[in-house]
Amino acid sequence: MSRRISSGNIIESLQNVQEKHGFLPRDSLIKLSQDTRIPLSRIFGVATFYHQFRLEPPGRVTIAVCMGTACHLRGNAENYEFLKRFLSIGPGRSTSDDGLFSLEKARCFGCCSLAPVVKIGDMLIGKATPRELQRAISRIREEILREEAARETGG
Amino acid sequence: MMRQEYWTLMDPCCDYCLHSRDNPCAKYVVCRVRGPFCHKSVECREKRQRRVKEVLYGSQGVRINIGASSCGLAAGAEKVIEAVKDGLRSMGVEAGVSAVGCLGLCFMEPFIEIRSEDGPSPIYGHVSPENVGDILAKYFEEGSVDGAFAIRRRTGRFKDEERVPLLDELDVWRKQVKWVSRNCGVINPESIEEYIVTGGYEGLSRALTMKPEEVIEEIRLAGLRGRGGAGFPTWLKWKICREQSSEEKYVICNADEGDPGAFMNRLLAESDPHRVLEGLIIAGYAIGASQGVIFVRAEKPLMAARLEKAVEDARRWGLLGENILGSGFSFDVRVMRSAGAFVCGEETAMIAAIEGRRAMPRQRPPYPASKGLWDKPTVVNNVETLAHVATIMAHGWREFAKYGTERSKGTKMFCVTGGVKRTGAFEVPIGTTIRTLVYDIAGGPREGRMIKAVQIGGPSGGCLPERLFDLPIDYESLQEAGAIMGSGGLVVIDDTNCMVDVARYFTSFTLAESCGKCIPCRVGTKALYDRLSAIVEGMGSQEDLQLLEEIGMMMKEAALCALGGTAPNPILSSLRYFRDEYEAHILEKKCPAKVCSRLVTYAINQELCVKCGLCAKSCPVGAIVKTADGHFTVDESKCIRCGTCVITCPRGAVEKR
Repeated sequence: MSRRISSGNIIESLQNVQEKHGFLPRDSLIKLSQDTRIPLSRIFGVATFYHQFRLEPPGRVTIAVCMGTACHLRGNAENYEFLKRFLSIGPGRSTSDDGLFSLEKARCFGCCSLAPVVKIGDMLIGKATPRELQRAISRIREEILREEAARETGG
Repeated sequence: MMRQEYWTLMDPCCDYCLHSRDNPCAKYVVCRVRGPFCHKSVECREKRQRRVKEVLYGSQGVRINIGASSCGLAAGAEKVIEAVKDGLRSMGVEAGVSAVGCLGLCFMEPFIEIRSEDGPSPIYGHVSPENVGDILAKYFEEGSVDGAFAIRRRTGRFKDEERVPLLDELDVWRKQVKWVSRNCGVINPESIEEYIVTGGYEGLSRALTMKPEEVIEEIRLAGLRGRGGAGFPTWLKWKICREQSSEEKYVICNADEGDPGAFMNRLLAESDPHRVLEGLIIAGYAIGASQGVIFVRAEKPLMAARLEKAVEDARRWGLLGENILGSGFSFDVRVMRSAGAFVCGEETAMIAAIEGRRAMPRQRPPYPASKGLWDKPTVVNNVETLAHVATIMAHGWREFAKYGTERSKGTKMFCVTGGVKRTGAFEVPIGTTIRTLVYDIAGGPREGRMIKAVQIGGPSGGCLPERLFDLPIDYESLQEAGAIMGSGGLVVIDDTNCMVDVARYFTSFTLAESCGKCIPCRVGTKALYDRLSAIVEGMGSQEDLQLLEEIGMMMKEAALCALGGTAPNPILSSLRYFRDEYEAHILEKKCPAKVCSRLVTYAINQELCVKCGLCAKSCPVGAIVKTADGHFTVDESKCIRCGTCVITCPRGAVEKR
């Protein structure tokens, strides 16, 4: 019985692939299809249906803007537009030109009391304002660049 | 898993205790706290009682609780925990430090509580690493509860007790009934021992001594209805499923909370996961299932992790698995992470997701109770419903049925967010009025604001204007007024929010979440969204309002599932109560709340302006210009209404008009 639930569940296989690569690479989907004998079209159908899955590689840090009701009312639509401009993310794209940040809209995190909420990497920022986001992102960007510089000189 | 080094109540007290997974004892659970029962030993009994105290109040008689569920952690609880430990160390005070769940008082996160058996147990809000040292010093060195948000009891032994209100006297607490959320923010959710000390798994122990039919009868007498929104009697669902003659049956816990603005399931499952699991096991016993699935939202990882830990611990101590507590009933549970799709709230769509397909609902009947997961009889219950089941089985149906209305018994958790002073998750008897919830408990409007409506039930629900706030919240009353109780999300809308924008927001949500299977929903949500967009951009006409109503009524009639059938509710209800706001957008081309950017203009308040020029620098289209006399003004013909200047101005001098 339990075997039936745990085996052949494409969703969980896709979750594992994404866990490993950060997104669903085309080759992995083809391999999954060959291994499971499930048609690629069906796997692609599942992959595009759910919010969790992405088909493009993400930036180094993912910024998720909560689009829940409370966050909308308290100004996350404005925060989102601000981030798009601030990170210079072009229309139809989700990752900043330097590849450091990707921006996505997220469904409710369930932290509505702290609305509006923006998640940068693993860090939740409550009562977010453009100014605060700007500060946090600049700090993270500096950290990443510093790390890279250290690696280059030290490595 | 590694064995803990210290003795816990879950372990045998001495060699006489023979309970194990392979040799289960029916009285295992109650024996932990009130035992031992199988042998007489004063020593063993004292050992158990000592440990119970230790669990409740720490090994030194004092225990510091820090709220560390998702919201607490987002507010910085992790750093507070470290600061508490540091503070205690530097004062040389020994006390237990424990991460607990959420009290539901989200407006004052992060919170800490200093609990002791005979102390005042003060609760402090807005705790930070900076002020925690002060709090601890006052309590432990000066013996004062100064600065606390509330205390649980007056002892007369601490300074300043009279100046701090009693928790039970505060409106935010007094008007609640902590039935299903009793443990939230009190126990460590990752400790099965703490759950058992507070009476956990006694409901299961009792249920297993009864016949499954008797368990169903008990739930029928309690009058419990599904807390996920539809309000279907839980016992009836169970009975239908029980009567199916299938060898294989399933019970699914719906923890895929996707309603924006509702987080009571996350809060419950993060703060008291064993209660949910216990309810699931009882449901499995009642319908005759041997396998349960907890379908949990991947976007709420802490909730998933705590449920997984609960399942693991329950299995370890023989509360899941073969022959549970010697009853002959075998049951196991698997936690599956949902990949995220709002339509999974629809039972048949969720079942498709668990089977690994696109989550698309199918025509009902047949209902899942007769043909569900893998075509086998299946019961789907929501997190809160199952937590209620466990609590009812432990305390009896009479206690539960004391609360509520004639047709809707018991209590319900509501999440109040948006424009109120005290946001949070509150548990009240069903039938409590909206006014009590919004004004008394949540504290009413924020400073200088006015509440104009509440949106109840998320994207499937509707809005209700302030003048209807005396309506009792139950399944039927709200439906008549055009809203639904739903899963219990209650978003307070004040005068800074535009009703048309809110309706458009919900429609954009259902548009994105429509699975695309049936035309009324797939095309209908898009048509609604386009009309609303035209209106907020100042291009709407009176005919649009009629069209919105026509499309909405059509969807209610024709959509395949509840997602499409309820999607027009936010529009229809706001048209019913706030038609004037729609008309202002259409006829006067004005947004009364100054939200819809196309219909507002930006101007600089010269009295506040310090002429720093930051706005002009930040404007992407050069619409802010410096006049000859040194003032800055907005050139409306160039302005694209992006709002950057409002964000940039350090003085708040850029105003919307």
